[in-house]
Amino acid sequence: MMFFINSQGKPAEATNNFHMKQFLAFVRKEFAHVIRDRKTLLILFGMPVVQILIFGFALTNEVKNTSILIVDHAKDMASQQLITKIEASQSFEVQRSILSPREIDKAFQEGVVKVAVIFPVGFNESLRHENSAKLQLLADASDPNTATTLTNYLGAIIEDYQSANNALKGTPFSIKTDTRMLYNPQLQGAHNFVPGVMALVLMLVCVMMTAVSIVREKETGTMEILLVSPFKPLLVIVSKAIPYLLLSLINVVSILLLSVYVLDLPVKGSILLLFAESTLFIITCLTMGIFISVKTSSQQVAMLISLMGMLLPTILFSGFMFPIENMPVALQVFSNVVPAKWFYIIVKSIMIKGLGFEGVWKESLILCFITVVLLVISLKSFKIRLA
Amino acid sequence: MRTIKFLLQKEFRQIFRNKSILAMVLVMPVVQLLVLPLAADYEIKNINLAVVDEDHSPYSQKLISKITSSGYFRLIGFENNYAEAYKLIEKEKADIVLQIPRHFESNLIRENRAGLFVAVNAINGTKASLGSSYLSTIIRNFNGEIRLQLMQPGRFSRLEQIETPIRFWFNPFLNYHLYMVPGILAILVTMIGGFLSAMNIVKEKEAGTIEQINVTPIRKHHFILGKLIPFWVLGNVVFGIGLLVSWLIYGIVPQGNIALLFAFVAVYLLAVLGLGLLVSTICETQQQAMIIMFFFMMVFILMGGLFTSVDSMPDWARVIVRFNPVSYLIDVMRMVILKGSDFEAVRRKMMLIATFALVLNTLAILNYRKRA
Repeated sequence: MMFFINSQGKPAEATNNFHMKQFLAFVRKEFAHVIRDRKTLLILFGMPVVQILIFGFALTNEVKNTSILIVDHAKDMASQQLITKIEASQSFEVQRSILSPREIDKAFQEGVVKVAVIFPVGFNESLRHENSAKLQLLADASDPNTATTLTNYLGAIIEDYQSANNALKGTPFSIKTDTRMLYNPQLQGAHNFVPGVMALVLMLVCVMMTAVSIVREKETGTMEILLVSPFKPLLVIVSKAIPYLLLSLINVVSILLLSVYVLDLPVKGSILLLFAESTLFIITCLTMGIFISVKTSSQQVAMLISLMGMLLPTILFSGFMFPIENMPVALQVFSNVVPAKWFYIIVKSIMIKGLGFEGVWKESLILCFITVVLLVISLKSFKIRLA
Repeated sequence: MRTIKFLLQKEFRQIFRNKSILAMVLVMPVVQLLVLPLAADYEIKNINLAVVDEDHSPYSQKLISKITSSGYFRLIGFENNYAEAYKLIEKEKADIVLQIPRHFESNLIRENRAGLFVAVNAINGTKASLGSSYLSTIIRNFNGEIRLQLMQPGRFSRLEQIETPIRFWFNPFLNYHLYMVPGILAILVTMIGGFLSAMNIVKEKEAGTIEQINVTPIRKHHFILGKLIPFWVLGNVVFGIGLLVSWLIYGIVPQGNIALLFAFVAVYLLAVLGLGLLVSTICETQQQAMIIMFFFMMVFILMGGLFTSVDSMPDWARVIVRFNPVSYLIDVMRMVILKGSDFEAVRRKMMLIATFALVLNTLAILNYRKRA
């Protein structure tokens, strides 16, 4: 440090402090910009809250409250028993009426019912005397998963009814399966989507907002003014990213608070580790935003690239909405490049499985690697374009 | 009238001059339609199964081969004990562990009862419940086969059997693409209509040219029409491209009337453009417009019934969904394309969307008058 002595004979550390004050001034300016824009701020803070509420309370992959139609041509003892059993399960809203096939078709078309169960005439007779009867199930398969789940469920109810009857006649050979759900016994969706919402919100704020904010200065021409100042251009860019870093950390806190107190999803692992990893991911996203801003010169394009090129892949390939294993191999390979995928794994491991750093060091390393690569590319392109 | 024509000329020229936006608008539908259905596949397959077979009997072998031949499961491990299999779940290599205890076969034959143990990684609730339900169905079928084998063949069966033939309407092969693609088309149209229209007007505000237009004798409603019509046309074009792509790539041919589809989309676009317009009147910068539109789009898409079904939502959520125009479009798309619904079935929804369009556009025009 003693090597660098400037013209006044003072050690060069004084020069570094001078830069620090400048830097802080820029950071303050950027904060002022962000806080001044109340509408955007409201949405940036409100979005994670709304998302968690929607995912937590409105959306579910379970099949509930579906309307099924029962057409009972038999109207005898067996059909009544079975229908009562189906109604008692409380998973469906049962409508009973006699409809012709055309009318059933119309009901399906209007989306009024999703499954129809048709009891043929003489159901009881066939069952008691010939020991065999047919029950027709019609399912609206435009949503294949609902159709499969519903028919499986109905199948289980019917099977239950059969074995109850058969048990009276004598025991058949039966296999009993004991199923245990690990980590998430109540099959709550929260375990899956809270980490996902975290990744999404951090991505959105850091990538899109940073990119657009930097490009805005370019578009309005004020960037050039900043660049001719004696201030290092790199620090201009970094000072733009800092407010969003803070904002994102606040978002992480609010998501965690919501998840613990409103969704009853506690953090099993170390909260400190979670924050550290979140900061890492935030830095990765900020670097991405900077990268985009270096490459584009119009706000609209920056926004479109952030949305299409960043957000959509994050939603799709992080694995929280759609399982990655279902995708074709090419897309699975591509998903490895999406940072959100690794962050999602990290958060799941810490929050839900309670693993420590040994469980997530691999993924953290990958995130670091991505950050460094992006940073290097941005710096290289940056110097050429704005210097 | 002539003013509108000139305004339209100007707008179209501006749109075509901006090559990158144009490319995005034409390329985006294709890319989205290609990637989204491939990625957004909720069909559960390739569930990783680890088996702990402590019985090593013919029955246990039979059960395992029945499970693997079902096509739903991938056998990724054969462990000696449960603890090792559990480690596979921790490492995310296995989704389900099936433990066949010792004496499984002998218990079943001699004591009429045997037990199996299944542990499921339930972090992903859907995967867990579907996976375990597939597994139980296979085990149930296996049970039935064994039962038939062990009971004397040829004798009159003492058991009651209810057969349940299932017919899957509208989508006999349970193809998930048929379910997703119409929904994605709906999202596409909404995004183009919403985002571009909102950002366009705000861009003029930011650039200051809107004040220049305001001091001309151009009437306010001329100006707004001039802004709406190009994006209305663009939206319809994008929808057409989308239909073409879904036919070429997924072989989806609308069962219903295509003209009905276009008519509905035409009305729907008016509503979405109205929303974009409304948002643009309250924003001063493109950044604001973008993020507010994004927020609305996100809520609409999540609660629109694209990924999860609307029926399963709690009552208060269903009320909100009634005000969500996207849910109507997704419904109608699925109804007309997959089920071949006719005008009667769609009429009510069209009226509702038309009301939306009227309300949103009126609000936008009123708001515009006050501000500008």
